[in-house]
Amino acid sequence: MSAGQIEQVERRADVANATPHVEVRGLVVRRSGRVVLDVDGLELRRGEILALVGPNGAGKSTLVTALALLERPAAGTILLDGEQVDWRRGLLAARRRLAIVFQEPLLFDTTVADNVATGLKLRGISGREREPLVARWLDRLGIVHLARRQARTLSGGEAQRTSLARALVLAPELLLLDEPFAALDAPTREALTDDLLPLLRETATTTVLVTHDRDEALEMGDRIGVILDGRLVQVDRPEAVLAAPANEAVAAFFRRRRPAAPRSDAILHSSPT
Amino acid sequence: MDLFFEGLARAVTLLLQGDRELLRVTLLSLQVSGTATILCLLVGVPLGTALALTRFPGRGIALGLVNTGMGLPPVVVGLIVSIMLWRTGPLGQLRLLYTPTAMVIAQCVIALPIVVGLTVAAIQQLNPKLRLQILGLGASRMQLLWLLIREARLPLLAAVMAGFGAVISEVGASIMVGGNLLGQTRVLTTATVMEVSKGEFGAAMAFSVVLLLLVYTVNALLTWVQQRGRPL
Repeated sequence: MSAGQIEQVERRADVANATPHVEVRGLVVRRSGRVVLDVDGLELRRGEILALVGPNGAGKSTLVTALALLERPAAGTILLDGEQVDWRRGLLAARRRLAIVFQEPLLFDTTVADNVATGLKLRGISGREREPLVARWLDRLGIVHLARRQARTLSGGEAQRTSLARALVLAPELLLLDEPFAALDAPTREALTDDLLPLLRETATTTVLVTHDRDEALEMGDRIGVILDGRLVQVDRPEAVLAAPANEAVAAFFRRRRPAAPRSDAILHSSPT
Repeated sequence: MDLFFEGLARAVTLLLQGDRELLRVTLLSLQVSGTATILCLLVGVPLGTALALTRFPGRGIALGLVNTGMGLPPVVVGLIVSIMLWRTGPLGQLRLLYTPTAMVIAQCVIALPIVVGLTVAAIQQLNPKLRLQILGLGASRMQLLWLLIREARLPLLAAVMAGFGAVISEVGASIMVGGNLLGQTRVLTTATVMEVSKGEFGAAMAFSVVLLLLVYTVNALLTWVQQRGRPL
């Protein structure tokens, strides 16, 4: 086991011992009278990255949208730091503890720096306080040279970096990432995940990452949650999910379509695609 | 054709002389139609945004009424506002008939459906997920409204141009509720109609040329704002 792997296992052990940060109990979301999501329970520890996987239409995005307090569930409760979210009063205050990034960057028609500053402006933070924060996150996501550019002129990868900076600058207690890399080509996606992962670790940001990419889930998740037909069927460490899938459907989801290529160098150096 | 060129020559003379009546009529046109447009924007843009974002029973009927209102004939508006403001009418006690205020009211009725209708269209062409993203960034309802309006500013400026264009150029309602009183309610369109009926084509041409210049200047200004800093 390499030093890096040991460190990762230790980190995961830390995560396992931490107190619950976000809790979901009996969450049911209905659309047009039909139950599209039914999650008995889910606990997230502080600083943990949970990768949510599942086939299209399984309810991954619905769960994240509900966690972002953007869709009111038909039943169930969401607790932040043990405190139940009140959908009538205190919704705005609760929302301001979270941030969400979607598959589409959904940038505003203004400069990159203005985009990153938006959430801070909405919270009434003064320009003098905003500027260093914005500069710092532009730098951390490697887009400081784009600060004055109009958002509509950005490439896909640059736009998604801007969207991530706009969320991270808010220092969210819970970060929700709804397939943020799905529309990017492989090299752009890898460069972005390579940059993002250390930032999430360093800031100990509790994160839920929705992905339909098994390898992305295995690489980024401290734990993996598998959603099938609106139900969270398994939540466990990646190696546990691989070793002991909860049922045949989960096993099928993680099963390689074909074995590794027969060339020996390809086996040694193959990277998941 | 002679009449046309004679009229044009007379118009240039009046303009160059800085004719006082022409100036006064021009300023009143700008004042009445400008006020009506601004009032319509203050009411119509938030109303149109709310209409675009909410779902309620009867919404389809409301949208249908707004869209019908976009083609409301000014004479019909003039007639109805006249009846409302007539001395024995429901609002007769306000004594507003034949005042610039009455003209502003009538022009608001004409422009409001246009502003609301085009605002609904402008907000609905935005990505529906943008609303979730804005709320996800921690926006209050008012902040959401403001950010959506800001994002739709290009098509919304088209709504401003359409609204202003409709009221600055209408004559039917202004002549009915304003009465074309010299120095009080005479505007460029009503003055043009009156001069033509007197056979004074030169003066009519002068009013028309100023009206065209005014419409052009306002729209050029709005277009500049709309297209500023925008690459091809």
